[in-house]
Amino acid sequence: MKTIWIIAKRELNSFFDSLIAIIMIVLFLGFSGFFTWISGSDVFLVGQASLRSFFGIAYWTLFFFIPALTMRMLAEENRSGTIEMLLTKPVTDRQVILGKYLATIILIAVALVLTLPYVITISGIGNLDAGGTICGYLALLLISAAYASIGIFTSSITTNQIVAFLSALFIGLFFHIIFQIIASGMQGFFGQIINSLSMTVHFESLSRGVLDSKDLIYFGSIIFMGLFLTEVSLSRRNAYY
Amino acid sequence: MDIVIENLTKKYGNQKAVDNISLRVATGEILGFLGPNGAGKTTTMKIITNFIAADEGNVYIGGKSLRDDPQEIKKHIGYLPENNPLYQEMPVIDYLEFCSKLYNIDSSRVGSRVVEMIRTTGLNSEKHKKIAELSKGYRQRVGLAQAMIHDPEILILDEPTSGLDPNQIAEIRKLIRELGREKTVILSTHILPEVEATCDRIFIINKGKLVADGTADSLRKQAQGSDILRVRIEDGDPNQIFKSLQAVKAVSMVDFADRQLNRFDVHCKSEEVKREIFKLCVAKNWVLTEMTPFETKLEDIFRELTMN
Repeated sequence: MKTIWIIAKRELNSFFDSLIAIIMIVLFLGFSGFFTWISGSDVFLVGQASLRSFFGIAYWTLFFFIPALTMRMLAEENRSGTIEMLLTKPVTDRQVILGKYLATIILIAVALVLTLPYVITISGIGNLDAGGTICGYLALLLISAAYASIGIFTSSITTNQIVAFLSALFIGLFFHIIFQIIASGMQGFFGQIINSLSMTVHFESLSRGVLDSKDLIYFGSIIFMGLFLTEVSLSRRNAYY
Repeated sequence: MDIVIENLTKKYGNQKAVDNISLRVATGEILGFLGPNGAGKTTTMKIITNFIAADEGNVYIGGKSLRDDPQEIKKHIGYLPENNPLYQEMPVIDYLEFCSKLYNIDSSRVGSRVVEMIRTTGLNSEKHKKIAELSKGYRQRVGLAQAMIHDPEILILDEPTSGLDPNQIAEIRKLIRELGREKTVILSTHILPEVEATCDRIFIINKGKLVADGTADSLRKQAQGSDILRVRIEDGDPNQIFKSLQAVKAVSMVDFADRQLNRFDVHCKSEEVKREIFKLCVAKNWVLTEMTPFETKLEDIFRELTMN
């Protein structure tokens, strides 16, 4: 556990030193703030003290930002060979992966915490549904965790950050919209299965304030699969080096 | 701690990178690992340091199998990988602190270990710079510092002096020599004089297979078969001298090295031959102006063993 934290701390320092963290947070707050308060179906247009428009836009912003955070994590280590330096220390593959994963989650959590002023202001305008808000934040954190695990996986299969970024977006796109679109044209049992694979369906039910174990299992299994495949892909070095 | 390698084999596809290598390195021994590019040196080192797993065979470090508890064994190994990969964006001090924490060094000792390593490797003036800003020589020192930060019993160094200038090479060699008194060191290199200068034992591999194992002197003996003396005798007819030399008892063979200068290569059977030649010159009233033991260069041995 201590080792995971040491690796996560180094990763966080490198986020902040390279300004990636600052840029990501500023852009995230800028985008979500703009669409929550000023443009589109903003709070004033809807006329309700609700964070639904914020959750909707944050859902999309995180979809693009998370691959940008995770793309360099293992791809850069593979390219520069530092992965060899790291793994010949008393550190397991799993500790490296979890350390990097933890750093990403912490950075996203920081970004989400910084949107709390939105919550405070809106709750000043009218009656805000506390349960719904907490569930909405939980949903954002869970989709971030799911996309981060996909991002770390694509970062582990390549030495090129752009390839890692684009493949994470590509895989993410299926969960984000494609499954839902396919399912809408299908009927019956098979359609239901595809529909239940869609991240959007689970995100919407959760951010509506319905805490269902099905959704939690869904996010949990994506996170597990992503991290598991990362570990498999990292151990493939035995066949190539 | 000693290192025992048993029948190590590693395949990449159909190609055997390491082919049934067995090796024993005693505590306090400095082993020079030689071989042409692609011979399997780096692969062997990656297996010893547990970065990749062997297909067959096993490595025992201090009597413990690498397969049983790799995390525990890794604590006793310091490793400088080939090309010395480092986190470029980190300052030297932060990087060394990061490494010492990964080795689970007590947090009260981290500071003093880092300072000590910076002093040992001469990084004091560069310690606050980012690694990306350092010259290659200084980066190499950072690589060595991180390998030694936890005071390991075993050091595995993959081309420790590559990219250094002659002064730095001399310093690093001296450092390795000093370390080698208590630690077990395996180092790989292309620079042959370096092996002679630093290593107790030489291990040459070619195409994954062991081709030679021994001290520099024993390898030389093995390659030559006998000692060779280079002799120059003046004030005499070359052909006559040639014949007289051949007649000496302890001489097995004589070659002309340079007819104009009356230089000969004398292959000798015993140490007696030097006295015999001297006596011969006195008797014939010739002048002996040169007599040097001729050594086969390590380069030649290396080429002979690893070509074809």
